[in-house]
Amino acid sequence: MTSSITARLIELAARRFGRDASALSPSDDLFEALEIDSVQAMDLLTDLEDAFDVEIPDYELQDARTFAALGEVIGRRAS
Amino acid sequence: MSAEPALPPHALWPAAYASLGDLLADAFVQFKSETALIECSRRKERHRLTYLDLWRATRPFGRMLQDRGLGAGDRLAILMTNQSRWLIAASAALLRGLTLVPLDYKLTGEEQAALLAHARPGALLVEYGLWRRLPPLDVPLVIVSEAPEGADLKGAVRYEDLPEAEGFDRLPRTRDDIACIVYSSGTGGTPKGCLLTHGNYLAQWQALAGLYPMAPGDRFFSLLPTNHAIDFMTGFLGPLSCGGAVVHQRTLRPEFLRWTLQEYGITHIALVPRLLEALREGMANTLDDQPPWKRRTLGALVKLNRRLTRDTPRHAISSKLLAPVHEGFGGKLRLIFAGGAFVPPDLAQYFYDLGLPVVIGYGLTEACTVITVNDLRPFRPDSVGPPVQGAKVRIADPGSDGVGQVEVSGPTVFAGYLDAPELTAEAFTEDGWLRTGDLGHLDGSGHLHLVGRARNMIVTSGGKNVYPEDVEIAFRGLDGASCAVMARNFLWPQRTLTDEELVLVVHAEEGLRPDLLRAIQDANRRLPEHKRVASVLAFGEEFPTTASLKLKRGELAAQIREHHTPADLVTLGAP
Repeated sequence: MTSSITARLIELAARRFGRDASALSPSDDLFEALEIDSVQAMDLLTDLEDAFDVEIPDYELQDARTFAALGEVIGRRAS
Repeated sequence: MSAEPALPPHALWPAAYASLGDLLADAFVQFKSETALIECSRRKERHRLTYLDLWRATRPFGRMLQDRGLGAGDRLAILMTNQSRWLIAASAALLRGLTLVPLDYKLTGEEQAALLAHARPGALLVEYGLWRRLPPLDVPLVIVSEAPEGADLKGAVRYEDLPEAEGFDRLPRTRDDIACIVYSSGTGGTPKGCLLTHGNYLAQWQALAGLYPMAPGDRFFSLLPTNHAIDFMTGFLGPLSCGGAVVHQRTLRPEFLRWTLQEYGITHIALVPRLLEALREGMANTLDDQPPWKRRTLGALVKLNRRLTRDTPRHAISSKLLAPVHEGFGGKLRLIFAGGAFVPPDLAQYFYDLGLPVVIGYGLTEACTVITVNDLRPFRPDSVGPPVQGAKVRIADPGSDGVGQVEVSGPTVFAGYLDAPELTAEAFTEDGWLRTGDLGHLDGSGHLHLVGRARNMIVTSGGKNVYPEDVEIAFRGLDGASCAVMARNFLWPQRTLTDEELVLVVHAEEGLRPDLLRAIQDANRRLPEHKRVASVLAFGEEFPTTASLKLKRGELAAQIREHHTPADLVTLGAP
């Protein structure tokens, strides 16, 4: 379940920031891989909330720095 | 000495109360039909409570505290993002006579646990997402808010499951009793839990309410964390003792902040300088896209507004003259409190010229909220204002330019640090004045001007105080190296309060070997952005330590000043 969420997340993130999704891996640091700062990451959170129909508090980004970790947060909140 | 400001007729008179609980109890009755709290999440409103609703909402929590035997003198820690339950629970606890321990939700779970171990609260109220990050705790009662139904809370109580209650017993407190324990530093050194009395808060609000009165119908947007001294005053006690409403938005994403400003007609807001700067940049970018004639027209209107508001802000005029700008902020915004870090004068002037006055003040947790504040009569962006009513400021050992260490006394100065008599003694001079650790001078009109810091710490433009001791932990265990973190300004005073940086001082047998530098860069990268060191200094000697191997920081700094200059720093660069 979480891995499919992570795959979708990578797809959405790649689309928003114009990156090649196949070059991104779940264990990548999403800030580094997408070359984004914390404000841009907030925009991504809003996309993810819409796509997965969950609310993700801003502070979750503090700990969940990889795609996989963020996927886990979404999975937990969606369940 | 400033004249005593008059309070608006509807406001409660803080000087007449013995405690914050008494003040809130009267506010619940006096303003019962007014809106007290609005909470929204993204574009949805979740809660709207009148003062009467708020009073009722305190009952289940207050009753639970009572049933668990918690009352006057016991401690309730709160670990939540800004939301109405923060204020509901805090109000219930104050009515029960408990002492609040507001904790920073932006710290790590380990840091929060360390502060909880230090504060030893009888109860903790925590949001589910934040609770999950905490290691096992030794707190007798934990109440978790927003936990999913059926979640395994390991013995904690679910906030949503608190039974309805008709009421609970209020317990009296005096002005000398402790209302809050607020941590002003992290966990690297001895935690500094500032003991702030009911008298401290009441005196502070007495001074501020006269300068910046709020009234029923006014709406304060609570953005800065409520555990922070500024929001605790301007986003909790202040509005609620004047009949104003506090608005919470569960996310800080810019698109929703704009929506909230417009949807709720926000009248007051508190921001850190970094957010103000982001707003200015956004407005400048929008302006750049306009045709030249529009830019020229706006420029002329700004000039006119500046002339018309030279003596005092005039919201009615400014909001008409510069309507498109004001509409972007909802059209009703009258005051921006700027705090948490140094506010560059040009930034404050920019907003004042647009008819959006920025209140610049100066304070530290040890003195409640603010010591000096600009009263806008007239607006002066060059200073942090004169002392507030009751506060006294003096400059210790001034140089020929009048600059020296700022010292403070008055009714808002704290009672000391929790369980740290040595730190408390160090904080005060022999004649009982609080040492702020900041450098400044007073001008002929009694306004304070800050020029730098004498403390070993930095403050980011986002309002975060960063203590080197807290950062040092990240560099422990580097192979064959001793590390110490210092504020660059502490090593080589620059007399600046912006762009402050941390320096990592390293002593290693073979100097700064490439593998060591790589390990340093890796450790630095793992730190949150605001805690990262900017440069490294290779130090040839063993660090001076006490008999118990504790670093003698002052001595090390003196040795560095003697043998090194900033030219010896190796910049780490962007990670």
